[in-house]
Amino acid sequence: MDALAGRKPAVVWALNISVVALVALWLFPTLGLFISSFRTGDQITASGWWSSLFPAEQTLQIRVADPDDNRVDLGNGRFMVEGNIFVDEDFEGELNAWGTSSRRLGEFEPGATADLGDGETLTLAADGAYVWEGDADQISGRAQRVFLDVVTPPDFTLENYAFVLFDEDNSEGMAKAFFNTLTVVIPATIIPILIAAFAAYALAWMDFPGRALLIAVIVGLLVVPLQLALIPLLSLHNAIGIGKGYLGVWLAHTGFGLPLAIYLLRNYMVGLPRDIIENAKVDGATDFQIFTKIILPLSFPALASFAIFQFLWTWNDLLVALVFLIDASGETTVMTKQIVELLGTRGGDWEILATSAFVSIAVPLAVFFAMQKYLVRGLLAGSVK
Amino acid sequence: MNPALQGLITIIIGVGGCVGYFYGANLFLDKVLFKPTGPNAGRNINRANMIRPWVFLFPALLALGLYLAYPVFATLRLSFLERLPGNEYAFVGLDNYTQMFAEPKFMEALRNNVLWLVVVPAAATGFGLLAAQLTDRLKWGNIAKSIVFMPMAISFVGAAVIFKLIYEARPEDVAQIGILNHLYLTFGGDAPVQWLQVPFWNNFFLMAVLIWIQTGFAMVILSAALRGIPEETIEAAIIDGANPFQIFFKIKIPQIMSTIVVVWTTITIATLKVFDIVFAMTNGQWETQVLANYMYDKLFRANDWGMGSASAMIIMLMVTPILVWNVYNARKEMQ
Repeated sequence: MDALAGRKPAVVWALNISVVALVALWLFPTLGLFISSFRTGDQITASGWWSSLFPAEQTLQIRVADPDDNRVDLGNGRFMVEGNIFVDEDFEGELNAWGTSSRRLGEFEPGATADLGDGETLTLAADGAYVWEGDADQISGRAQRVFLDVVTPPDFTLENYAFVLFDEDNSEGMAKAFFNTLTVVIPATIIPILIAAFAAYALAWMDFPGRALLIAVIVGLLVVPLQLALIPLLSLHNAIGIGKGYLGVWLAHTGFGLPLAIYLLRNYMVGLPRDIIENAKVDGATDFQIFTKIILPLSFPALASFAIFQFLWTWNDLLVALVFLIDASGETTVMTKQIVELLGTRGGDWEILATSAFVSIAVPLAVFFAMQKYLVRGLLAGSVK
Repeated sequence: MNPALQGLITIIIGVGGCVGYFYGANLFLDKVLFKPTGPNAGRNINRANMIRPWVFLFPALLALGLYLAYPVFATLRLSFLERLPGNEYAFVGLDNYTQMFAEPKFMEALRNNVLWLVVVPAAATGFGLLAAQLTDRLKWGNIAKSIVFMPMAISFVGAAVIFKLIYEARPEDVAQIGILNHLYLTFGGDAPVQWLQVPFWNNFFLMAVLIWIQTGFAMVILSAALRGIPEETIEAAIIDGANPFQIFFKIKIPQIMSTIVVVWTTITIATLKVFDIVFAMTNGQWETQVLANYMYDKLFRANDWGMGSASAMIIMLMVTPILVWNVYNARKEMQ
């Protein structure tokens, strides 16, 4: 199929460019959040994240040192104040131009001397050293303002992560929610795999009446919206005394994950070679032995793909946690809920929002990139016949 | 108790319980109930083998029945009832449904859901197909695919934050930090727009989030399908002088049509259940309500179980054609 389009340079270029555009469109949203999580709140509101990667031009307004404390008598009624304009600032960057009035920004080059009238002068060097000179009246009272046009290099910080994850005083921190999410996710991933593996084996390799019907029912249950389950199951949990809590959310995730688990695993197990299983039977292996010693190890790829699905789904879930886990005390809040809460209370504080969101996104992303192979395999087994 | 410790203990109890059940039940069947020795050995082995599948299936069937099958009927029942004070229920027939259909917010949710159902699966499948076809011939195609596929791992809530930053609008006289408004102003817009508060069109800004997430899924599956197309059919078309567009639309697409349908329906189901995105980004304000969020509102904010269940049944009703079609296909395949 390369014969037609693949060899013309113009077409190859067009192809490459359109894929670059597509990739950019899909990558930039996440990238924007990622970069924002490393900027301070002031930086985020001062400029878009896309400009933070390049040196930024900005205007700083700084006053020189207080004349009444710092002036030096030069004799002849002349006084001067000497110092560095950046003395209080942690400044890394370059001074391009400066001015003494907000209406005439960038009037002077670095190193030039500004005439402030009546013999009052201000000289400012590129490194921020200044000399302000004039008579006793001029060099007193309020210090002279200077407007600096500076270029600052990209500047990133880990402060947000320290605040969101490790600050003990931060009541909206993500640390507790992170562990709560983990507590939900691990059992909610392992238990359905175990239950589904046995069921899938029975549906794939054991003969019993009603098998075909059961498989059809499971295919049907695959698409039942879990919205239907909310009220009946919450009432049930309340009636049998589980209430809202981890046990309830584990059971709910198990129930909701089972159809896909059984379906995926059965499809995979059915494809395993019949000879192996029949040979084992002839050699006197029981179904239980065949399952644990042959089927389970051979089914590892399918088990891994479902485990990733279930992990991503439970980690990213909001609805099930809202309904079955999080009670009025909020002690068991999970990360997704915490972020929704922050969207309400800290809507404008992008440094907090971006960092919190990235804390919750980071783990699934890591799992995704590490286990992509199994995820793709699972998807293909689940959808393509 | 420390939740981490509690979690660990429950993992051990839960997993141990499961393993113990399967092992124990199997042992019980073979060693106690139907011993494969003595005069009835043969009969016992047969009986044990008849029961064993059900031993393996029991936990799964219990969980499926309790967590998915039972709620369908319980919700159906609740949708005909009204909850009275003191945990009493009264049968009200179709009142919940008629009341719901008279509510403008419900009609808005229904309209929006239909809009979502039309736009999202089409856009995600279309973009997925485009991405699959374009990346297929590139050397760095796999990296490109990884990146388009990546949002799959991101939660709806995380994606909501990501897109809120894109749609952010700031006052006119300060720098725009949302890229959409930045571009809008750069290309001649007058004033920053609160994109999520523009009725009707804001639905599309919410849909963009789901399309962004689902395109990768469509791409992965369609890319595998495209690779499965027999080379000869394409070579034959080339020899006959077909141009690349004809090859794509007349040779490739018809051959992967069944996969496209599967992808389309899978995304349709995901779209029907969309909740988190709307809940986190607008919570149904500015005419962006959808059924799942409407239902959540009714159930947990208004505490109206009757109407909440009725709206859940509407979602179920919309899924049913796909359910029937899936079951029909699965049965056909097994014969």
